[in-house]
Amino acid sequence: MTRPALTYERPETKAAPPRRPRTSGPPTARRRRMTGLVTITLFLLPALVLFGLLVLAPIAVAMYTSVFKWNGLGGLPTQFVGLDNFTRLFSDEVFLGDLNRGALLIGLSLLIQLPLSLAIAMLLNQKMRGRAFYRLLFFAPYVLSEVITAVLFTSILSPESGLANQILRSLGLSALESSWLAEPSTVMTSVFLVMTWKYFGFHMILYLAGRQGIPKELGEAAAIDGAGSWAQFRYVTLPLLGPTIRISVFLAIIGTIQLFDLVWVLTAGGPIHSSETMAVTMFQFGFKRSQIGYASAISVVMFLISLVFALGYQRFVMRRDTEGAITSMRDQR
Amino acid sequence: MSLSRRGAVLLAAGALLLGACGQGDTGGAQGGSASAGKVTVEWWNISTTEPLKSFWAQKVKEYQTANPNVTIKNVPIENEAFKAKISTVTQSGKTPDIYSTWGGGVLKQQIDAGLVRDISSEAATWIADFTPAAMQAYQFDGKTYAVPSDIGMVGFWYNKALFEKAGITEPPTTWTAFLEAVKKLKASGTTPIALAGKEKWPGHYYWAYLAMRIAGLDALKQATVDDDFNKPDFVAAGAKLKELVDLQPFQKGFLGAAYGTPDGQAAAVSNGKAAMELMGQWAPVTQNDVGKGLGDDLGFFGFPAVEGGKGSPTDVFGGGGGYAIGVNAPPAAVDFVKFISRADVHRQAVESGALLPVLKGEEEAVKDPNLAVVAKALATASGFQLYLDQAYPPAVGQEVNDSVAALIAGSKTPEQVTQAVTETAKTE
Repeated sequence: MTRPALTYERPETKAAPPRRPRTSGPPTARRRRMTGLVTITLFLLPALVLFGLLVLAPIAVAMYTSVFKWNGLGGLPTQFVGLDNFTRLFSDEVFLGDLNRGALLIGLSLLIQLPLSLAIAMLLNQKMRGRAFYRLLFFAPYVLSEVITAVLFTSILSPESGLANQILRSLGLSALESSWLAEPSTVMTSVFLVMTWKYFGFHMILYLAGRQGIPKELGEAAAIDGAGSWAQFRYVTLPLLGPTIRISVFLAIIGTIQLFDLVWVLTAGGPIHSSETMAVTMFQFGFKRSQIGYASAISVVMFLISLVFALGYQRFVMRRDTEGAITSMRDQR
Repeated sequence: MSLSRRGAVLLAAGALLLGACGQGDTGGAQGGSASAGKVTVEWWNISTTEPLKSFWAQKVKEYQTANPNVTIKNVPIENEAFKAKISTVTQSGKTPDIYSTWGGGVLKQQIDAGLVRDISSEAATWIADFTPAAMQAYQFDGKTYAVPSDIGMVGFWYNKALFEKAGITEPPTTWTAFLEAVKKLKASGTTPIALAGKEKWPGHYYWAYLAMRIAGLDALKQATVDDDFNKPDFVAAGAKLKELVDLQPFQKGFLGAAYGTPDGQAAAVSNGKAAMELMGQWAPVTQNDVGKGLGDDLGFFGFPAVEGGKGSPTDVFGGGGGYAIGVNAPPAAVDFVKFISRADVHRQAVESGALLPVLKGEEEAVKDPNLAVVAKALATASGFQLYLDQAYPPAVGQEVNDSVAALIAGSKTPEQVTQAVTETAKTE
């Protein structure tokens, strides 16, 4: 027998007084159980229908389409090609490049973007003048839409008249001038810089919130034991920030796998595919080349990569957080 | 748990983008909701720059005054955005009532999907007024699926003052002379050519023209029939383009440059930063829109001949722009297209310099001297080739654009270009 997630009776809870003593006989209990199920179903139905229509059905349709050669026009696909789209995918240089570039962006995010966010969060946790202002300032880029951010940075990074090169020139650093988004060798760095500018504030806020959930007493106790500020950070703050960091890593990775808007507006994947991501390739094939079948295959692979990652990460990395720290804390409350 | 669900929702949103495309059946009605004799006609066009933008708005008003029961919903969409948007809606089995089209392979796909109205008989009386050259891209198997509004050709738009400064007295007429001119311009400290590398389609003009000059029009047509571009002449076209690329004639950062943005291709020529661009008849309008404009310094010359090539130097490459009508559009849609194609209405647009003649006997309405040159070259052309990325099925056209862009960026050889295009053509 499976218990519904929403239990309508919680006789074990001592804190809450039982609404009704549990003396009634089995038939009543069964009836109550039935009404409960009906209620649950009724309440869940709208969400289930939406989830089914807008999430599950499209996934199924994309999977179905991915085994056809289809230009997207005229009714349903008819030309079944089996797994051809997938074999083609894994011999396609651009797509393999997408995987490499995705891995690169993930690596850079984890090694640079997140530590940077963490450092700024720790800094802004100190008592200082204008703290709220700085927090707001650093969080502001996250509020901008990706498209606006990208349009902004295309003009900042423009080779001739762009702000970035003009500043470098006026500082006498002409040697560092670059075509940023227009050179295959610099485009990924530029995209990563824009990504970091846009998202570090978000991770900073996460860390800040996590940091503030750590009781002051722990730090004080460590200080009494003679721990310096680094030791305090390393052995008290960092381990207790664990759950927050694990969530932020999760979000950063999933976000990078699906990166589209920013790249599309900044470079459209160019020059010569050197900043293309999986989602950009999918769009190119789906909407520019009208090869919906192949594009669906890309979307299916993207979905599987994310799914496997999400499940694995939850199973092996975040399990401690969902089963351990949080629940035990709730129990203490 | 909530996290994984959130992740799944995000993912599914991506899948939805594509998945949703599979659900529509053919020919849903977008506009054309008739209630109590009131009709709305939705019109998607790409006239986002002046003077055409206000001109159409004015004409819509005039039409609505004359036909009080019809509302024309005028939706101007920027060129690149339009292409993305129209392919999305057509894949969902719908079209707007009236929409911009360049004809060719893209329109053919929409026709095959049963989305486009055959107006051959319905509009027989007035489509006879168009010149055959302008109509060509919209007719398949003797049936007419769209009407032209503009027709033009691609050529070099150049800055006379900068050419003079470099000591070039006459626009080059051969490829060798053209390369010489590029060298002279470079030596005089001017960027010879502006190119929008980010958008790819402007780059394909070079390869297409060279292929026309070297291999000839018939070879280009035959190549799509045989799905075979692996011919020495097409490889030679790539090699000639490579000669140009090796001179490094393009502006700094051209691989990331767009066409119509304030730091893009058109602006570079318009502001005197680059000496020329290879572009269609709309170039002057866009130049004036995004930059200072060259005024009398702007000149036009046709694509030079290639020595020993099979193609005629009077063959032109280009295309027009026309309007197709959705299969479920109300009759008022056809009537409105008839209205904007009327001799007196279209003539006003031609006189404003925004469009070129598509109707018989409209030629002398062209006021601008450069456009008059274009109109004359078109009228006397020995052959016409539609833009390759419109003439061919979308996948092949995009492959041409992508491969030529890679050639210009130095990552593909001329042979690899023809191989890649052939491979894509074979799978279509």
